[in-house]
Amino acid sequence: MKSFSKMVYPYVLWAVIMIIMPMLLIVLYAFTVQGNSVLTFQFTLENFARFFSDDVFPIVMWRSLKMAFITTIICILIGYPTAYVIARNKPNKQAIMVLLITLPMWINMLVRTYAWRGILSHMHMSGEIKVYIGMVYNFLPFMILQIYTSLSKIDPALITAANDLGADSFQTFRRVIFPLSLSGIVSGITLVFLPAVSSFFIPKFLGGGRYVLIGNLIEDYFISTGDWNFGSAISLIMAIIILISMYITRRLDRQPAEQEDN
Amino acid sequence: MEQKTSVFQKIWFWLIIAFFYLPIIYVVFFSFNKSKSLTKFTGFSLRWYQRMFESRPILEAIGYTVACAVIATVVSTIVGTITAIGLSKCRRVLRETINQVNNLPMLNPDIVTAIGFMLFFTSLRIQTSFWTMVLAHIAFCIPYVILSVTPKLRSLDPNMPEAAMDLGCTPMQALTKVIVPQIMPGIISGALVAFSMSFDDFVISLFTTGPGVTNISIYVYGNVKRVNPTINALSAILVFVITTILIIVNVVPMIKERRAARNVTASELESSIR
Repeated sequence: MKSFSKMVYPYVLWAVIMIIMPMLLIVLYAFTVQGNSVLTFQFTLENFARFFSDDVFPIVMWRSLKMAFITTIICILIGYPTAYVIARNKPNKQAIMVLLITLPMWINMLVRTYAWRGILSHMHMSGEIKVYIGMVYNFLPFMILQIYTSLSKIDPALITAANDLGADSFQTFRRVIFPLSLSGIVSGITLVFLPAVSSFFIPKFLGGGRYVLIGNLIEDYFISTGDWNFGSAISLIMAIIILISMYITRRLDRQPAEQEDN
Repeated sequence: MEQKTSVFQKIWFWLIIAFFYLPIIYVVFFSFNKSKSLTKFTGFSLRWYQRMFESRPILEAIGYTVACAVIATVVSTIVGTITAIGLSKCRRVLRETINQVNNLPMLNPDIVTAIGFMLFFTSLRIQTSFWTMVLAHIAFCIPYVILSVTPKLRSLDPNMPEAAMDLGCTPMQALTKVIVPQIMPGIISGALVAFSMSFDDFVISLFTTGPGVTNISIYVYGNVKRVNPTINALSAILVFVITTILIIVNVVPMIKERRAARNVTASELESSIR
């Protein structure tokens, strides 16, 4: 049996080359400026100074975070009741309802967003609202599925017990069902917030070109401008902000559990 | 949780479903439009389908997408399965470390993973091409394969391969004849995830592909500024193909299950008669 463990080694090498190296290169590029060769590079904070002292970049960053945050909230508000309705049905019906939610996800995101462009061109609304519709459309299924998974794992005996102990349906929901589904909301937040912050084709398709988010900036600096060092710095700032927000979200889930333990 | 759903709840659910399907129906509908317009339907025509099949860039994009997805799926499924088996037997420290590293591309925004690959290829002075895109796809698919194979390995009885080897199997035979058949469902679902991830990928492909090589997503992205109804035809065909595959994938097991259930009851009947 021991001999099977050797089967990991090729992947260890692969992971170092194809996963860790690219990440380190982003950091390396972010802390250097153009023209440095690999052997003589000089450490600098210039890219970061340029980002934070600029008029536009921090605003774009803030706008992306705000947009992702509001998208996540809308997805929870729409996704929770939807998941709840699914979980209340009979198991075989639940399977069909989940299938109905997942089917559209198999069709290319760009194609579906492109279709929204046609639909929304009938309506007079600001580019910002159109981008919100596109974001909620693309990321809502993830939220529904995560919340549904956590709801379907709840032991029905707990609900019966709550009812037997005199809780009305609202109390049962607030004190039993909702706390138990919190883990689903938290993993849903990760799956919605993360791609929403960095999305760049949704604002490009639906925002009418005037609506720029941080993902568009990164794309521009890599593909059009070719200033990879500054592009790397923007990505690094974004990745760090995402990491911090993920950390805060995870704590939201853990806190009530800890209180229960005490 | 199981309770009667109210009419209001039913309406809510179907409204959400309508929201999800609206753009898909819209794009299929307008793919049959006679005029170029995406807002006014002027009459039925198949000209955009004809135009699509005459368009070299679209056919090439479809070809590249399928070829890339097939290669990436085959390689990442094989490598991912081998790695998952190795991980299940190796030291805990190594396993935890690899799992953490695998989380990186799954938890990072696509665009960060993508520029990582781009910087990596150019630093090594590798000219980006179809093959750099395939390499990147393989890299981001493997963690998903490992993720879907690992639970099956955990529920595998560790005595089985031991028994096989005691009975004279070489480790290689124990692997191919005992372990792999038992974890097959995990391998298949891993391959499906890998295929769909690769087939639908946009961001990583955009940053790692070479000049002149576009997949379907990149083609749509590049043509969205102009009114181009051939994209509607392309989308409609994608919708059609994917829906057919999904129906087959989902309905066939249901029929099999039902048939199996019927066989079970039949054999039960038979044994009870005896």
